Amino acid sequence: MKSAQRTTRRPLALAVAALVGLPLALSACGTSTAASSSEAVTEISVMDYYNNEPDKSFIGDALTKCGTQAGVTIKRETVPGKSLISKVLQQSSSKTLPDVLMLDNPDLQQIAATGALAPLSDFKISTDNFAEGVLSAGTYKDKVYGLAPTVNTIALFYNKDILDKAGVTPPTTWDELKAAAAKLTAGEQYGLAFNANPTYEGTWQFLPVMWSNGGDEKKIDTKETEQALQLWTDLVKSGSVSSSALNWTQADVKDQFMAGKAAMMVNGPWQIPALDKQPTLQYGVVKIPVREAGQTSVAPLGGEVWTVPQTGNKARQAKAAEVIACLNSDENQMSMAKVRNTIPSKTTLAEKFAAENPKLATFTELIKTARARTGELGADWPAQATKIYTAIQTALTGNASPADALKQAQGQ
Amino acid sequence: MSLTTDLSQTAAPSSGKASRKHGRPAGPPTEAQAPRRRTRQRRERIFQWLFLVPAVVYMALFFGYPVVKNVVMSFQDYTTATFFTGEAPWVGLANYVTVLSSSLFSTSLLNTALFTIGSILGQFVIGLALAIFFQRKFPLNGILRSLLLLPWLLPLIVSSAVWRWILDKDSGALNRFLGDLGVINTGVPWLTSTSLALIAVVGVNIWIGIPFNLTILYGGLQEIPDELYEAGSLDGATGWKAFRHITWPMLRPVVSVVLVLGVVYTLKVLDIILGLTNGGPANSTQTIATQSYDLSFHEFKFGEGAALGNVLVIISLVFAVLYLRASRRAVDE
Repeated sequence: MKSAQRTTRRPLALAVAALVGLPLALSACGTSTAASSSEAVTEISVMDYYNNEPDKSFIGDALTKCGTQAGVTIKRETVPGKSLISKVLQQSSSKTLPDVLMLDNPDLQQIAATGALAPLSDFKISTDNFAEGVLSAGTYKDKVYGLAPTVNTIALFYNKDILDKAGVTPPTTWDELKAAAAKLTAGEQYGLAFNANPTYEGTWQFLPVMWSNGGDEKKIDTKETEQALQLWTDLVKSGSVSSSALNWTQADVKDQFMAGKAAMMVNGPWQIPALDKQPTLQYGVVKIPVREAGQTSVAPLGGEVWTVPQTGNKARQAKAAEVIACLNSDENQMSMAKVRNTIPSKTTLAEKFAAENPKLATFTELIKTARARTGELGADWPAQATKIYTAIQTALTGNASPADALKQAQGQ
Repeated sequence: MSLTTDLSQTAAPSSGKASRKHGRPAGPPTEAQAPRRRTRQRRERIFQWLFLVPAVVYMALFFGYPVVKNVVMSFQDYTTATFFTGEAPWVGLANYVTVLSSSLFSTSLLNTALFTIGSILGQFVIGLALAIFFQRKFPLNGILRSLLLLPWLLPLIVSSAVWRWILDKDSGALNRFLGDLGVINTGVPWLTSTSLALIAVVGVNIWIGIPFNLTILYGGLQEIPDELYEAGSLDGATGWKAFRHITWPMLRPVVSVVLVLGVVYTLKVLDIILGLTNGGPANSTQTIATQSYDLSFHEFKFGEGAALGNVLVIISLVFAVLYLRASRRAVDE
């Protein structure tokens, strides 16, 4: 028995060594050579997260058209929004990034900071006429890495029939908002719906009131941000907004509004196709109210930017840049914005676009002054965004006053 | 262990037999036969190894690599940039210090404990009760039992979406039902109240865990010979007494396995919580698993996420060791 034990122990030791050794050997072979070729480029790869219709086709058609113009065919891959970043990180470690990469704008600086993207100035792409917020979202360390052909933001939707019946006009200040929401709350109907869930979506919906009142994401335990959070808290405490807002997504908010269970909602233009499917629903869109008349409503900028990853192949990168420049042409911005219910990112197109698409006029107006979430903090935005939604949740559940909630969160 | 002993014992006589085939005269082993025997032994050793190779490679690839990587990562400043540049500076224990000293850690730890204890208790008691119930013979027994497996078969993301709707404060099915019964006047904020959310999440997790407990315990009950109950009933042990003195002692090995596996499964539950509450409201359903996920994939602090993940691995490991000991005892018995 003794000898048997000795013979088994050695293989065991070897097996352990193999278990530890193999992974190390594996991690070493993760690098591959970047293809460098000088032959003519006939095909470029594209990755984006428009995996649902109709956006999938709209973007696909625009890409195909721009590909033809640049003399290349497009090999496109669409991935679900949630898995895009993990896919990008995976590809950047295996050096298999696509030639053209779409990113959600708050992620751009995070990815640009890794060195995986090429500045667009390398390819002489014009950044003229773009709205300030759009450029600041696409900029990392003074260089533009990504451009968005069309963008979006959020505003206040209201149900015209309900407001008319109650004799309420769309609010423009916080006091009016509180009064209107209280008056519109009756039975199973709430005056207002927004989402305050513990994700970046909850932060995103809070930004308009925070920014319009002069609050700043760098330091959230300020008077301005406290006032904004007090507004959100008052609306929930008074019952004008369901406390379910703590767990709703923006899609849930839209469902509440469409079902007539909320007279007003905070939401974005991407909900318009769904709202229009219900012809009995008459709605209007106004800017999100500000604390005092005279303040500017500052909306957060949403939308996706297109980038050229560092693939090491100059010829393919040049073609990729051509396609991105084409996507951002005036003509393409206008047509894509129209079909996708988004806003052209060039301010020079705003007036014409708003005239042609009255439903999107309010959003078009907001984009001129919209602010990028990563404009100030860049790659540090996720950490601060987490603090903001934590403070919102703490205050709305009544665990702490808005002031204390913000102080706690800032100190975390 | 027994395999090697057997092989070394059979090795000697078989080598004698084989040498006869080669036309050598039979007789006592000569000096020339000794190296032959050694090569034969070595060959057998190689074959033993070859049989082990698939298992070792599989373990190294799918268990060893992630674990080693996770441990290494937890000592590094691992950011999004690391993926592109491959650079991850060593920071020693800094990640562990950050996550363990964060104010959220104690909340998460407490929630993880409450979530695990609550889930296991509910799943086990209801699972055992149902298992005993299905021991009886009655019509539709088989169909009902297979229907009870449904929660197990549904993708977790689907179950959590359905439950999220059922538990909604304003238009959820549960509140409607309770309202119609006259039990409540206003909607109960199941998922949006800091005092109720954890209870609601535990409830959903119990619902999901019942099939597992039911199946394993039912299997265990089937193993108990009927004769014991017959003999017991002669001595007056029926009903509760039969359960206390026959069922429970006979079921103990299965019970310990179910409980320990249940704890390990429950500790790492992620999708149900993310689907129902995202850890909210105000972190009242935040567990170590969800916090670790958040750190890695939302805040891109992969080092801290890995450190917190390892804390969870260590907790699970304690229960895994308990499981191994329990199952060894079960074999011995």
